[in-house]
Amino acid sequence: MVYRSPDKAQVKACAAALRTRFESAGALPVEAPVLVSSSALLDLYGEDLRARAYTTSDTLRGEQMLRPDFTVPVVQMHMAEGAEPARYTYSGEVFRRQEEDEARANEYLQVGFEIFDGSDPAAADAEVFARIQTAISPLNLKAMTGDIGILMAAVDGLRTSDVRKAALRRHIWRPNRFKILLDRYAGRTPVSPARVALLKAEDPFAGAAPEIGLRSRHEVAARLEVLRQDLAEPAIPARDVDLIEAILDVRATLPNALEQLRDIAVDLPAISDAVETLGARIEALEGRRVNTAAVEFEAAYGRTHMEYYDGFVFGFLVERRPDLPPLATGGRYDALTRVLGAAQGRPEGIPAVGGVIRPGMVVELGGWA
Amino acid sequence: MSVKLGVPSKGRLMEKTFDWFGQRGVTLGRAGSDREYAGKVEGIEGVELVLLSAGEIPRELNAGRIHLGVTGTDLVREKLGQWEQRVEELAELGFGHADLILAVPAFWVDVESLDDLDAAAAAFRARHGFRMRIATKYHRLVREYLKEKDVADYQLVDSQGATEGTVKNETAEAVADITSTGETLRANHLKILPDGTILKSQATLFRSRSAPLSDEDRLALAALIRQLGLD
Repeated sequence: MVYRSPDKAQVKACAAALRTRFESAGALPVEAPVLVSSSALLDLYGEDLRARAYTTSDTLRGEQMLRPDFTVPVVQMHMAEGAEPARYTYSGEVFRRQEEDEARANEYLQVGFEIFDGSDPAAADAEVFARIQTAISPLNLKAMTGDIGILMAAVDGLRTSDVRKAALRRHIWRPNRFKILLDRYAGRTPVSPARVALLKAEDPFAGAAPEIGLRSRHEVAARLEVLRQDLAEPAIPARDVDLIEAILDVRATLPNALEQLRDIAVDLPAISDAVETLGARIEALEGRRVNTAAVEFEAAYGRTHMEYYDGFVFGFLVERRPDLPPLATGGRYDALTRVLGAAQGRPEGIPAVGGVIRPGMVVELGGWA
Repeated sequence: MSVKLGVPSKGRLMEKTFDWFGQRGVTLGRAGSDREYAGKVEGIEGVELVLLSAGEIPRELNAGRIHLGVTGTDLVREKLGQWEQRVEELAELGFGHADLILAVPAFWVDVESLDDLDAAAAAFRARHGFRMRIATKYHRLVREYLKEKDVADYQLVDSQGATEGTVKNETAEAVADITSTGETLRANHLKILPDGTILKSQATLFRSRSAPLSDEDRLALAALIRQLGLD
């Protein structure tokens, strides 16, 4: 199916109505520039972002990107203006490079709702989800949720070195490499004989080429030392690896997923707090009259494309239309505020959760009269 | 109208292309002096030779301004999104071999794979405060490869020439470049990562999927393909 952009006037009217709805929930309307400096974005997301965002440049400001979303500019603004509890809404175009599927829109409107407030995270999660669900309720979409925080807690609870935990945490949003690392640390893939020989060599630099470049011989030696220590590290018990895989396999409605995770937590107490965070969120959702039995949960939902979303995540999908992107998405991005806050002297960040709706899809699917 | 054949306008690539067509009974050559970029074709009717920079041939094929073109697989894949839908590979010509590879300083004894590179990049970023720099002119190919291999904490810096020198000049920590023998890399104290071969490229004859053809052109193209033994 080709994504046909509906009448722009209708889309704009729908966007304005959605924004008004969020304003009446106490959100302050904010604007963001269309062109944003690419250095902060690239530092955050890496080169992969270039496949998703358009870049342009001039000789004075250097490289700029057409905003791929509002989250980063809104967080930057919030951190710069004192980081007090606040809630915002916005409406505007975002731009996404499409190199695989010409049918997908490369510019479209987004309307967002963001809450920066750490006083009751479960309540804030539930409020964002419920307000977005209500706003698009005529469309009867399938609600998906997830929480990468449970997997993170499991990694933190592993009986292994901090170096290994840090490596696993770093690749938590890249499932293939996470799996490769986990298999290695569990002793499932042996260390190569050449590597063992190198690590045991009296002078690992014997016969090596001259030192060139910024990465010094000292840094190479430091990494060899890390590898040596890792060689002596005992394997992660198979049982712990199985428990991590069990978490990743949880796919059920919210109440059933909670029960399954509580069972896993009996054997893996490190995840208990994270699981109870999910429990509190389910209660808060029910307090907002969300039918949680109709909401799906996968622990790893959004894992590959929502880097820095380190807790609750959600998406609203059009059933039987896998060709369409989610109509609304969102989640908790405390980690993002810590990374961006560090540049502004606020490394502690601020708990933040938010979501966006695509009014163009709302109109296209007949959810706007 | 005629069938337009784009061929690299200078150097060994042009000569070897002329040889390849010549061996199949199609004589290509320059029309006037050595400095004139007009070509002539003998041995077949209705085919016109267009001499172009090898780097522009993918774009011209994509735009449908030439029907056939000889260029490297690397250039087609770097420059054309969904290249298979834009052009068809008619024949690999067996010369112009070059691999797009990832290379790091040879004294990095701790880096023997992409997996090591990824871990070294994490340590480098923590220490220096910026992502490890890889110099290249093949941004798309390198980025897609490293994404597929889940390498993080790197950045690409543009280098249009003398890429092997960027490490010594401290404008990059690693390079991704085309090599045929690896000699320039060794001379610059770099080593190829064993799993760092991004693409094996050679001179290839491509057909544009979008260039318009009259009935007459269609016959001329079919005759040329038959003459070249590609049918």
